[in-house]
Amino acid sequence: MNTQLRTERSHGTGLEEPKYVVPKVDIFETGDEYLLQADMPGVGKDAIQISLDSNELTILGHRAVGRDKAATSCSYLHRESVPVNFRRVFVLDPTIDTNRITAEMDQGVLTVHLPKAEKVKPRLIPVTD
Amino acid sequence: MYYRLRGSASWIGILIAESDCRTHDNLKERMLMTLTTLNRPSLWTARSFGEFGDLQDEINRLLDEPLAELSGEFFTGWAPPMDLIEDAENLVATLEIPGLNKEDIQVRVEDGVLSISGERKQDEKLKRAEAHRTERFYRKFHRAVCLPKPVKVDAVKAAYRDGVLTVTMPKTEEAKPKQIEVRMG
Repeated sequence: MNTQLRTERSHGTGLEEPKYVVPKVDIFETGDEYLLQADMPGVGKDAIQISLDSNELTILGHRAVGRDKAATSCSYLHRESVPVNFRRVFVLDPTIDTNRITAEMDQGVLTVHLPKAEKVKPRLIPVTD
Repeated sequence: MYYRLRGSASWIGILIAESDCRTHDNLKERMLMTLTTLNRPSLWTARSFGEFGDLQDEINRLLDEPLAELSGEFFTGWAPPMDLIEDAENLVATLEIPGLNKEDIQVRVEDGVLSISGERKQDEKLKRAEAHRTERFYRKFHRAVCLPKPVKVDAVKAAYRDGVLTVTMPKTEEAKPKQIEVRMG
């Protein structure tokens, strides 16, 4: 799959906090579809937004940061997580049937099914007399 | 004890020399000296710079090590990001481990150490599929952290939601902050 990746960077001084992080993804190809899996821990089903603009697929995941707001009295003894949202843009291969894209979210893993168009699926050609 | 804490950097900026803490006593001693330490096996952390802190020697030693050993140190295992939070009642640890089954996560609190391990397994069907991009981890992980305050081991709760494991550990009464009244003598 001709999947290009675009990383969003903040413009300007370079000292600003990055607005997004890029989720790690796996992309698999099976006979009739491409399968994209992205790790987005802390993102619920309702906090995810997938948009398609011509052949650009954008995945946006809003991380729940409610914990920080709710408990102001708490303090971080140690922090490795990054409290920013996930974003990643994919340029889809033209052979993908964009009308039939589906997605599901399970325990922080987003799975996007990208079905191949009928014309590019492997198939058997019947022999006629 | 089955785990090692080695070459760890504490999160408040204190560096600790490499050492094993395999025995109960050692562990207790270390806990007094350092507030919180953390085991993150895949990261390049605080390699002790030798007795005389000679950087040149250290670099030479690194270059002399077999490549396999080095890459082992850099790339072994999966070290998911861990946070440790303290509020008035609890110590709360969170670990970002998306896509696991609940049964594949083990949480233990023992001798003042919280230890979380588990394994992310790949779907059998996808193992055979052609992969165009593989950035995610499918393997075992293990994180351990010395808890800076005593906790009620029996009351520890762990919840897994949206790929984030949250372990809530209530502090013992002695560890909670107390207001002490000043009386006129």
